[in-house]
Amino acid sequence: MSMKPELMKRMVKGPDGVEFEVEPLRDYYCEAPPTVMPAAYSKIVEDLFNWARAESLWILGFGTGCGAIEMRPLMTPRFDAYRYGIQWRPTPRQANLLVISGYLSVKTLKRAIRAYEQMQSPKYVVGLGSCTINGGMYWDSYNTIKRLDDYLPVDLYITGCMPRPEALLAGFADLKKLIKAGKGEGANQYAANFAWYKANQKRVIHDWDMPDYNW
Amino acid sequence: MNLRELYNRLKALFPLGDLTEQRPDLAFVTLPAEFLRPTLLHLRDRAGFTHLVLLTAVDWLEEGRFQLTYLLSNRSQACDIGLRVMIDRPASGLATMESIHDIWPTAATYQRELREMFGIDFPGSPRIDEEFILEGWNDIPPYRRDFDTLKYAEASYNQRPGRETRDPATHMKQQLYPGEA
Amino acid sequence: MSYVPDRSQYPAKNADGTLDIDLTSGKYLKLWQGPNHPGITGNMSVELTVCGDEVVEGKTHVGYLHRGFEKLMERRTFIQCFPIVCRICVPEPDFNEYCYAAAVEELAGIQSPVRSDWIRTLILEMGRINSYMMYLGGQAGAFGLGVIAQWTTYVRDLMLDRFEELTGARIYHMFIMPGGVRDGLPEGFDGRMEETLREMERTLKDVYEVMFCNAVFKKRSIGVGVIDPDWLEDYGVTGPNARAAGVAKDVRKDQPYLVYPELDFAPVTGQDSDIYTRADVRRRDVLVSIDLIRQILAKMPRSGPLMAKVPNVLHWKIPQGETYIRGECSRGEYGYYLVTDGSGYPRRVNVRGPSYTHAMALLERMIVNVNISDVAGLMVSLHTYPPEIER
Repeated sequence: MSMKPELMKRMVKGPDGVEFEVEPLRDYYCEAPPTVMPAAYSKIVEDLFNWARAESLWILGFGTGCGAIEMRPLMTPRFDAYRYGIQWRPTPRQANLLVISGYLSVKTLKRAIRAYEQMQSPKYVVGLGSCTINGGMYWDSYNTIKRLDDYLPVDLYITGCMPRPEALLAGFADLKKLIKAGKGEGANQYAANFAWYKANQKRVIHDWDMPDYNW
Repeated sequence: MNLRELYNRLKALFPLGDLTEQRPDLAFVTLPAEFLRPTLLHLRDRAGFTHLVLLTAVDWLEEGRFQLTYLLSNRSQACDIGLRVMIDRPASGLATMESIHDIWPTAATYQRELREMFGIDFPGSPRIDEEFILEGWNDIPPYRRDFDTLKYAEASYNQRPGRETRDPATHMKQQLYPGEA
Repeated sequence: MSYVPDRSQYPAKNADGTLDIDLTSGKYLKLWQGPNHPGITGNMSVELTVCGDEVVEGKTHVGYLHRGFEKLMERRTFIQCFPIVCRICVPEPDFNEYCYAAAVEELAGIQSPVRSDWIRTLILEMGRINSYMMYLGGQAGAFGLGVIAQWTTYVRDLMLDRFEELTGARIYHMFIMPGGVRDGLPEGFDGRMEETLREMERTLKDVYEVMFCNAVFKKRSIGVGVIDPDWLEDYGVTGPNARAAGVAKDVRKDQPYLVYPELDFAPVTGQDSDIYTRADVRRRDVLVSIDLIRQILAKMPRSGPLMAKVPNVLHWKIPQGETYIRGECSRGEYGYYLVTDGSGYPRRVNVRGPSYTHAMALLERMIVNVNISDVAGLMVSLHTYPPEIER
């Protein structure tokens, strides 16, 4: 599968006339794989940090599938997720929760992996709907993945097709309990089993034109 | 507009097959591939069928042919006519058909999808060989009848164990009449 | 002082018609808008090549939501297709159910009872209002008026409550089956529906004052994104996009289906087909739909069968045939092409969504010479729902 021309290694002329070589896939990304970040402080400080992380879950505003339509009512005063400290952010650098809302086609999986790897640790993934659990009603489709936790480390699943906004709020409350108990270790799991996740991802994404770790 | 009268007028000009009147305002007719373009131009310019509704394909694997359906609509007379063109389905490689993107620019989109999903090539259509819906696809075009989507899904994606599937017809029979074979 | 673009920067065309753009020259920049952005309900990206501030070329990329419905439906019996069909268009799912059910009924020779036709029309009109409300929020949000989305999403939620009373689910109703509908109206539905409609009219009045009389919205949308009336037939433009160009294309009037011959309404048209007129046409369409719902509830028969006699659905074989059923959804002409071959499975189902023609060829044509800050508003004004493009 040939790469796009702007991603190939080539010589570029800078504005001051100097020519230099660029290799976009290597130059613009971090070369080292992710590392496991253990709890660095004493338990009481970590509990405080976990409380802070749980009470300010910022969701990346990336609606990957059907479930995105039941996330919009959460931003309105009727269901109001903002009173729980949950906000939607446009960029992965400012988000710490990725909600995979529904099925993931292979094309979107590539973008979701990219967005997930650009988020800063500690980060969590919530799988919304039955399609993330076992493929849902697209169980025999050639273009959707069947198990989300083969590709991304999932902390919580919210069942339904599709889950109501109240179910989403209950799911977020469960996620908060999980984080406060110190069990929100998705990012560390990803770093520890990085090779396994990467092998699974590369098995389904056939045109891999991004670096191995998109930090 | 009476579709039967339109058909009789057209039959005098082009070698059409039989007319299938599905509803008073919808009819289908088969014609050979070489006469598609003049028929389309006649229908668009002289008979008022200016709206191309869809261009799709049906895979008749048993007969070794693709059926391309061009559905045209005449809004002022509130009727539709579907032109069926049967083209050969080669055992390997792409089937080809002439492109109509210069008659209706929107046909280019339909033709791109047919190229990717069925493997029917329309030479000359803009951006025909660019990826449209699938990314990095390396198997046969998926909408063909000989592509088994369940087999492909089980081979490429890990499944979560524990799923039970029952064919509803046989399941009810076993529930109600457990003794019978 | 209006913005006059500098055409001297324009790329020349090559021999085969493609633009001569050298991305390494530093003059052009490739920008991807998508796949996720507010206002578009679904994932669709536009690959823009910009020169300074102005878009030189745009290519639409779809396929992020492809599940292969048409292939999946060939593996399911006719009744098993019915729950899966509504997921094709996520924000307005009822049209899929209706078109599929009508196509199956036509090929099987079943006539749905009169009462179920009235209930089907009611559901379709409710779905249409929901879809327009989502559009108004997205269109205002694309130009920076964020509060409209809050109001319209709230009022859409009230209508989803009515859907929940009637069908049992908020988004995917699975209510319109081949043969009829699943259930009648619950008790007191008329009164609650009337309250919801009144709330909707109040909100629309607020939306009109805040959005349509807003100087910023007017300045950014009037004269922008014009669809030439000559393009309507070439590009297969239907629905409010065409009606805002002055052509009264409405399938409910041209080829009436269900109970529309008995309802009294006129298609809403506009004259200058820019973003403002399209938004205005859709706003007035909501008022027409509200009136239609009141007419339906007044004229509907309250007793009678809801389902026609359908053979044993586990062993249902439909004789060979092909048909095309169309309806007018909130975005344009929605159609299902169904081919059967005498077995218990559909041979081929092809879904023709209106966004298929609007978002691909038409958008790529319209996006040339547009300022980069108007691209979002332009995309939303065509009211595309990407799931129906790639199904």
